[in-house]
Amino acid sequence: MASEDIALMAHLMRRAGFGASREELEARAARGYEATVEELVNPTAEPVDRHDFYRYHPGFWKPITSPGMGGSAWFHTMLTTQRPLEEKMVLFWHQVFATGQSKIDNWHELINQADMLRDKGMGNYRDLLVALAKNPAMIYWLDNCDNHGHAVNENWGRELLELFSLGVGMDGHPNYTETDVREASRAFTGWTIAQAPPRGYYNRWDWEFEYLEEDHDDGEKTFLGHTGNFDGEDIIDIIVQQPSCHRFIARHLYNFFVADEAQVPAWMTTPPRDPEAVDTIARAFADSHYDMRSTLRVLFNSDFFKNARFAKIKSPAEVVVGLMRLAGGFEFPGPGIGNLSKNPTYMGQELLNPPSVEGWHTGAEWINSGTLMKRINFAAGLLGDTNRPGIRALINRLKAQGDLSPEGFVDSCLDLIGPLQVEPEVRQNLVAHAKDAGVLRWGTEQEASTSSARVGEMLQLIASVREFQYA
Amino acid sequence: MATTKPPVLVVLQLSGGNDYMNTVVPYKDPLYWDYRPRVALPEDQILLLDNDVGLHPSMGPIRDMYNQGKVAIIHGVGYPNSVRSHFRSMDIWHTCEPEKTGTEGWLGLATRELDPHKDNIVTAVSFGPSMFRALVVPGVPVACVDDLDTYGLLTGISPAQQRSKILERFAQNYSPVIGTDEVMKYLGQTGLEAMEGADILKVAPQKYSSTVQYPNTSIAKKLKGIAQVHFADLGSRVFYCDHLGFDTHANQVGVHATLWTDVSTAIEAFFADLREHNAADNVLMFLFTEFGRRVRDNGSGTDHGAGGVSFVIGDAVQGGQYGEYPSRKAEDLTQGDLAPSLDFRGLYSTILEDWLHVDAKPIVKGSFEKPRFL
Repeated sequence: MASEDIALMAHLMRRAGFGASREELEARAARGYEATVEELVNPTAEPVDRHDFYRYHPGFWKPITSPGMGGSAWFHTMLTTQRPLEEKMVLFWHQVFATGQSKIDNWHELINQADMLRDKGMGNYRDLLVALAKNPAMIYWLDNCDNHGHAVNENWGRELLELFSLGVGMDGHPNYTETDVREASRAFTGWTIAQAPPRGYYNRWDWEFEYLEEDHDDGEKTFLGHTGNFDGEDIIDIIVQQPSCHRFIARHLYNFFVADEAQVPAWMTTPPRDPEAVDTIARAFADSHYDMRSTLRVLFNSDFFKNARFAKIKSPAEVVVGLMRLAGGFEFPGPGIGNLSKNPTYMGQELLNPPSVEGWHTGAEWINSGTLMKRINFAAGLLGDTNRPGIRALINRLKAQGDLSPEGFVDSCLDLIGPLQVEPEVRQNLVAHAKDAGVLRWGTEQEASTSSARVGEMLQLIASVREFQYA
Repeated sequence: MATTKPPVLVVLQLSGGNDYMNTVVPYKDPLYWDYRPRVALPEDQILLLDNDVGLHPSMGPIRDMYNQGKVAIIHGVGYPNSVRSHFRSMDIWHTCEPEKTGTEGWLGLATRELDPHKDNIVTAVSFGPSMFRALVVPGVPVACVDDLDTYGLLTGISPAQQRSKILERFAQNYSPVIGTDEVMKYLGQTGLEAMEGADILKVAPQKYSSTVQYPNTSIAKKLKGIAQVHFADLGSRVFYCDHLGFDTHANQVGVHATLWTDVSTAIEAFFADLREHNAADNVLMFLFTEFGRRVRDNGSGTDHGAGGVSFVIGDAVQGGQYGEYPSRKAEDLTQGDLAPSLDFRGLYSTILEDWLHVDAKPIVKGSFEKPRFL
């Protein structure tokens, strides 16, 4: 197997999934890159059966929602899914349509929203926006239940345009006016939830979307140059035709899957780091009539994607889920799953509870001295655990290479953990460390045991280098 | 009380919404007994402070310090249009931004003022698994300690000799490399700060000895860690920790008593330790919560409310009560809750200006009435 094929496949799986074992990379590389992209956008593996999780955590089964479990049901899906791009898209949309427990105060409705994003996230974006507009958690989050025909509340209408579809502007020009916000909001009057949120934590029932015709403003509206007696769906139909929408979604996809961009609020004035790439994605989005599968296919098969290796800082969810999948042994939803699911929180990303509707700041802004230490220690803790099945498999591959010189030892570890590219100084440093204990030998049982421990330690050291924070 | 040592602030966050009316009890008000058939405290056990209010029976150590003139009780703290969501309300307290979403924490900004050139990367130390937003400002280093005894980078590696070899490699790997991009440089600097901070802090438990026995509770462990770092003279000026569980919707009487027993006894041990080490004179402790709780009980506990109570404790404090206890009369309540009578940003302003000696206006974004407890 050409090492370049493996490196490219590893890149694809880090971005379109949560990484993959060397066995999986080899199998996928043998099938081919484009075939793998096809399988990722049209997955055939069975979806995760949430009942496996509920069986061992009945306290999470509705109508009871145990607050302490937080988002661990979703976390467990990320850990075990064999449809990685589908799950990555849930994470993507969750970052764009950021909705949080801080206000919803009901984990179950947020899990329902994540399930909706999984169901619709790889399909048609227009249908996704309609589902989002009818999603009870979103309606409550952005106060559309307080958006009445006689008293318009603009919260949802504004964020729909600003954060979920168009963006405030591009190339210094605004994409919509305050009048457009007002008119869009009017079109969504009467889109509400059937049941007011109860006050207690327990015994809650699913919230339901409800359309109240008597509360809907059916008058004439003028929105982005179109005039008519628009309803919410008409507004969404107009939105998805806008070139600004195509470019906004394209830039989000670029930022999430290709390379770290400027933070979203800067997009009106800061041009994309690769305008041609964003144009390519935007065109695929428009040409396919907003089909996410077609758009993602173009993105992953493009040269700009293939050439963007290690151009992103991993998000905390990517760090935690990727390492846990690599190390293995977390497939069974044991009693510790609630605590394990908090690890992204410790690194600054509390899933299902973003700091605001603007979502998280990404890229280098994930990192401060506290969160960096958490990332390094978490990675080192798992990679140094030579009893975990994924680490054992890695050691066995090294062992199969026979005795290794310090250089060979370091290069093989960097290869198997990534392949990871590091600065030449860093590699020299790792080699110097390996030289302290000489050739890696597997001949006797004693040698094999020492060498296993040395591999664990080398992986920990690699987990601590800066380059490891990049995806 | 004059001290020449640099002032130190210890923040203890009571997470979940501490119930004001069962903490500082308006026992003379017949309405208190009417509103709370299920969660009112036994009248004969309330620790009376004056003819109007008394403390929760579990707060004996705080009452003693109050009697010594070392506790300021700040009544009715909150902000306009109080939010009943834990997270949002806590964010507002952390960022001083009740209207829009703030990204900069008030103590992160204060830390930047105290140490503008990042001469000491342990100027601010946070005790808790995640970072409190109050401390987060891009570019401001904050040491985030889970457990001081095991704090550090790559602590899983043993023996110690091997670990120090690994850490040496770590430092080399993070050293500036010519030609690397901005993000790599930023990562390098942050990694070195993390390691340096851990290095500095690890001496604290080693240097520590005390005759004070802390209770075996999570909050006592955090305050002991703070005491250890404070005694080690590392130049830390801002400490932060929290105690969880004040969200007493149900079974409040028992739960709230345990919470205040744990907090009060931990604070008692902490100050005893400070005095034993002659290190109390430059420490100010500040207790706050994101909101008070509903005036009427719900049959078992209390739901989310608005105005709350804060405490400031220390030798420098002019003990007593500040501000006004909000009226309990039905017509004065807002949505069944106590209407805040003092903006928390005024309370922050007193701490920032009259204790830490930094300009409060840019941090709290404006001028607010300052309670004069210092």
